Amino acid sequence: MSDHEYTPKSKVGKWFNDRLPLLTLGAHLADYPTPKNLNYWWTFGGILTFCLLTQIITGIVLAMHYVAHADLAFASVEHIMRDVNFGWLIRYIHSNGASMFFLAVYIHIFRSLFYGSYKSPREVIWIIGLMIYVLMMAAAFMGYVLPWGQMSFWGATVITNLFTAIPLVGESITTWLWGAYSVDNPTLNRFFSLHYLIPFLILGLVVLHIWALHIPGNNNPVGIDIKKPSKDTVPFHPYITIKDAFALLMFMIIFAGFVFFSPNVLGHSDNYIPANPLVTPAHIVPEWYLLPFYAILRSVPDKLGGVILMFGAIFILFVLPWLDTSKVRSAVFRPIYRQFYWIFVLDVLMLGYMGAMPAEGIYLVLARVGTIYYFLHFIVVLPVVGLFEKTDPIPMSISEPVLTGGADLSLARKDNEKI
Amino acid sequence: MKRFKIIILSFYLFLISIVPSLGAGSNGDLLKVDWSFKGLTGKFNRSSLQRGFQVYKEVCSSCHSMQYLSYRNLGEPGGPEFSEQEVKAIAASIEIDDGPDSQGEMFTRPGRPADKFKSPYPNVNASIAANGGAYPPDMSVLVKARPGGSNYIYSVLMGYEDPPAGINLDDGVYYNKYMIGNKIKMASPLSEDIVEYTDGTQASVDQMAKDVTTFLTWAAEPELEERHRTGVKVMIYLILLTTLVYLSMKKIWSRVDTEV
Repeated sequence: MSDHEYTPKSKVGKWFNDRLPLLTLGAHLADYPTPKNLNYWWTFGGILTFCLLTQIITGIVLAMHYVAHADLAFASVEHIMRDVNFGWLIRYIHSNGASMFFLAVYIHIFRSLFYGSYKSPREVIWIIGLMIYVLMMAAAFMGYVLPWGQMSFWGATVITNLFTAIPLVGESITTWLWGAYSVDNPTLNRFFSLHYLIPFLILGLVVLHIWALHIPGNNNPVGIDIKKPSKDTVPFHPYITIKDAFALLMFMIIFAGFVFFSPNVLGHSDNYIPANPLVTPAHIVPEWYLLPFYAILRSVPDKLGGVILMFGAIFILFVLPWLDTSKVRSAVFRPIYRQFYWIFVLDVLMLGYMGAMPAEGIYLVLARVGTIYYFLHFIVVLPVVGLFEKTDPIPMSISEPVLTGGADLSLARKDNEKI
Repeated sequence: MKRFKIIILSFYLFLISIVPSLGAGSNGDLLKVDWSFKGLTGKFNRSSLQRGFQVYKEVCSSCHSMQYLSYRNLGEPGGPEFSEQEVKAIAASIEIDDGPDSQGEMFTRPGRPADKFKSPYPNVNASIAANGGAYPPDMSVLVKARPGGSNYIYSVLMGYEDPPAGINLDDGVYYNKYMIGNKIKMASPLSEDIVEYTDGTQASVDQMAKDVTTFLTWAAEPELEERHRTGVKVMIYLILLTTLVYLSMKKIWSRVDTEV
């Protein structure tokens, strides 16, 4: 952290800053010392902020034209697509934006897992991040219900029915959530209300996430603390802002590719059929970003067990900082963990694929294997590997592997190879 | 770092090459047509849209509604682009139920371009009752509501054939090679010269199937041409801006001993 106190140059600025030090805050954000060895995996924080703001802005405009009523919702979405000026663009940005948001958040989370960003002293940043992720899933699920197509309706039915698995009070809780005796107009209404609320909760948590980040500062690819700020760091502006801008633009090219040239490929065609409580779709599948958890849910023959494991798969991440016993943060210096990391990535991808397939035959077997391994990774692999792994030598400082030649440079290369 | 850049670049080239084809759907058995509206700069064939509307109007619309479209859409850019006079005439040929008037009476009047397409049945139940228990789906977004999209619609229209030996069909059920489950309650809607095209095109079943599929694709995605056009501009803009920002980034980071 820079210690010098910021003083505005103008009189008005000084007058205002004495009363509310917003300019000091701005100066802090601009000067914030950032490790200079951050790679492009570190640009996804900025990208995610962009995603959140995009969803909020397009969402507010959509809400001006959308009607949250079971008889009118589908038609109002078509009204947006056909009659509202650039309504198709706003809606496609919003619907594809949700997928892009999750793409970015998964990269952000897996970056954290690789470089050990969840470890001391950054546990609170990690936990706030997970709270954001859980809220994102809730917002995305409810948003998917709003067009009131077949997948909206049946997705909502499947997910809300999970709560009936709770012993004794399950049925009552589910009826209370629905506001009716099945998914119906009251359900749609409250989902709309909550879908509008959650992004602002996320925004608040994002502020806390960044605040908590600015206490210890960024982790970095070698995973060691900043030794000499003058040598190891660069000010956030202009160095990181321009790098984030470049990465964001690359991201926007992919985003625009989906919006303009394949806007429906990430959705399910059944959601263009109006909701019909009397006709069940052949396969009820959630959006792609929830598929790994859906696979875990379906891999357990018992309903309550499935629900517990599904929520457990998310909540085990909250205690991850205490499950990983290794003191070394970055997987660059952890030869054994590095391999388990990639196995874990493959496991999650496989679970995602199984979630999209019917739960039968070989798919079900593989989903079960994947589920067991998912939990083994956290409960067995992480604690045990941390205790017995012989880690590679760690550089003295951030600038060392970059500045000096020889063995240290090879470490830096290794890092690049991994990304 | 070099390798990293090559990986990223090839990833982008890969994405750009597959994204347009992703939307084509995954049903490998469907008949495939080289539609003019596919691809980054795809556009509808104007005369095919106009012929397709004629097929819809004279054949499909006796059972299938298209409730989210208005007659004015037929004259809008990117669609069949009928002239203002033609759109007015098309709308006026339809009797629209309206009301209540100042006396509280319902009445009928000739259609106006602002009216929505009139549905053939007063409600869904009536359409089910009139069609042997099967609901003729609304066609407004039908292309987006089926895996395989345009190719699926075209395939079903072309997929009627005699059932293979061993399959017995009830009365009013037909065999279709491409329909999910192979059974369909709609009799083959197209037959040679069922429509007499006003532009003199030979009305073969294949021609009509292509024309009406094109029309239905436009009905589901009336913004398609504008979307493609805008998309190309947005891409060019983003790529130029990305290049400029990349060069600026290189310049700024040249002050530091670290590569970006």
